[in-house]
Amino acid sequence: MKTENQRAWFFVLPVLLLVAFNALVPIMTVVNYSVQETFGNNVFFWQGLDWFENILRSDRFHAALGRQFLFTFLILIIEVPLGIIVALSMPKKGFWVPVCLVTMALPMLIPWNVVGSMWNIFTLPNIGLLGYFMNDVLGVNYDMTQQPISAWITIVVMDVWHWTSLVVLLSYAGLVSIPDAYYQAAKIDGASPWKVFRYIQLPKMKTVLTIAVLLRFMDSFNIYTEPFVLTGGGPGNSTTLLSIDLVKIALGQFDLGPAAAMSLIYFAITLLVSWLFYTLMTKDDAQ
Amino acid sequence: MRKRSLIPILYILFLLLPIYWLVAMSFKTTQEILGGFSLFPQTFTFENYRVIFTDPTWYWGYINSIIYVSLNTVISVCVALPAAYAFSRYRFLGDKQLFFWLLTNRMAPAAVFALPFFQLYSSVGLFDTHLAVALAHCLFNIPLAVWILEGFMGGVPKELDETAYVDGYSFPRFFTTIFLPTIKAGVGVAAFFCFMFSWVELLLAKTLTAVQAKPIAATMTKTASSAGYELGLLAAAGTLTIIPGAIVIYFVRNYIAKGFALGRV
Repeated sequence: MKTENQRAWFFVLPVLLLVAFNALVPIMTVVNYSVQETFGNNVFFWQGLDWFENILRSDRFHAALGRQFLFTFLILIIEVPLGIIVALSMPKKGFWVPVCLVTMALPMLIPWNVVGSMWNIFTLPNIGLLGYFMNDVLGVNYDMTQQPISAWITIVVMDVWHWTSLVVLLSYAGLVSIPDAYYQAAKIDGASPWKVFRYIQLPKMKTVLTIAVLLRFMDSFNIYTEPFVLTGGGPGNSTTLLSIDLVKIALGQFDLGPAAAMSLIYFAITLLVSWLFYTLMTKDDAQ
Repeated sequence: MRKRSLIPILYILFLLLPIYWLVAMSFKTTQEILGGFSLFPQTFTFENYRVIFTDPTWYWGYINSIIYVSLNTVISVCVALPAAYAFSRYRFLGDKQLFFWLLTNRMAPAAVFALPFFQLYSSVGLFDTHLAVALAHCLFNIPLAVWILEGFMGGVPKELDETAYVDGYSFPRFFTTIFLPTIKAGVGVAAFFCFMFSWVELLLAKTLTAVQAKPIAATMTKTASSAGYELGLLAAAGTLTIIPGAIVIYFVRNYIAKGFALGRV
């Protein structure tokens, strides 16, 4: 049991100061902008909640938000089951375990813009490996810069390539923590592989899977660099996800007010959905 | 058993294909890349790498990145250690709220903070320094480090602390000579994660720097747009960015699975 000790605050103080400096000052700047209008020269006018209303009513925001949810949904529905399947079929001990783990973690350590450039080079029609294979060997018309559907497939496959390993490593950590005795007991009872999965492996993986789903949700919902480098949001606006649209408004058009209001709405949605996921996935534990 | 090992093998092949292509491209000449498809480099060349290692704007990009990433890792782990200890051992006013607030910073889209960060760090005179990027990356790395370390510390029984105090250890001496060695795996994993997320982040690093502390990733994007299609050079620069990550991951290979579970299995 933890003991009550208010002096513990001194231990937390450095963290609090550093994070507050980085989080509170910028977020207050954003809040400040979101209720004002400026025509440059540091002259600001009170605008009230107009920007928020405009953003919430604008078709552009709805479209970007829709694309963002579609992207995150596809990512989760592919990466989580795939990650679990790979983790289940990995060896539990021996020489190959560290080899598997290190190679699998490799994509996550590549800078995000390099991931984008790498997939760009990989998918170039006629000279990239995938582009050549699709167009010249399979005869499928595949060009990311022209067809929205190709662009979508590419950013989803890229993210699966980049982040499925996170789910694999987390599930694997949960799996190796299961004592052998559990499997032996299941064998004696003649349990089918599905039953072993459902009643032994899945419950043991629950905590780590919660972390995996939460991290994957937050990171895919905030994704910016990789799709920006790969498609630039195009062709047209077909892969303009929320972050990309936000940066376009903030730095491209320098509309600080609307961009700030959009930032706050965006942040609020991320927080709300994360909280929903978290309460839903930990509901059973509380009971 | 044979059929089962097919899945990881296929998966790893899928992971390695784009990496192979990047490395293969880096050994090709620009003419060969644009000339058509070839699975292996026909005219094997080190020219792209020679350019990077002789041009200061290129190799300083790597040095800058490594400086701010190391700085960030040290800062994050050092301030996270006492905080994680407090969270894992004591109850205090507002502890749960504080912990949750820390985690919410992981959820903030970097795009939201880009412009305010630029203004904040310009106003305190840190713009275009390594320290600015290192401090900015603390936003998401400190919460993560606290989270990981708290997980690992939770696994250490409280009796260890109590026995040490009974034996007459002062807190600083106990923390450095007994507690730290016990959770060194956790410290390694936390440092690895800080290194990883600072190394791969580009948006903030690019926003906060101009010349003096420009990260390699920014050098790459500039080259990609200004020099047109220098694909070979871009591929070589990309290949080199994989190496530090691969080295760091080798050191934590035995803890990596547990580490990714943030010590919570």
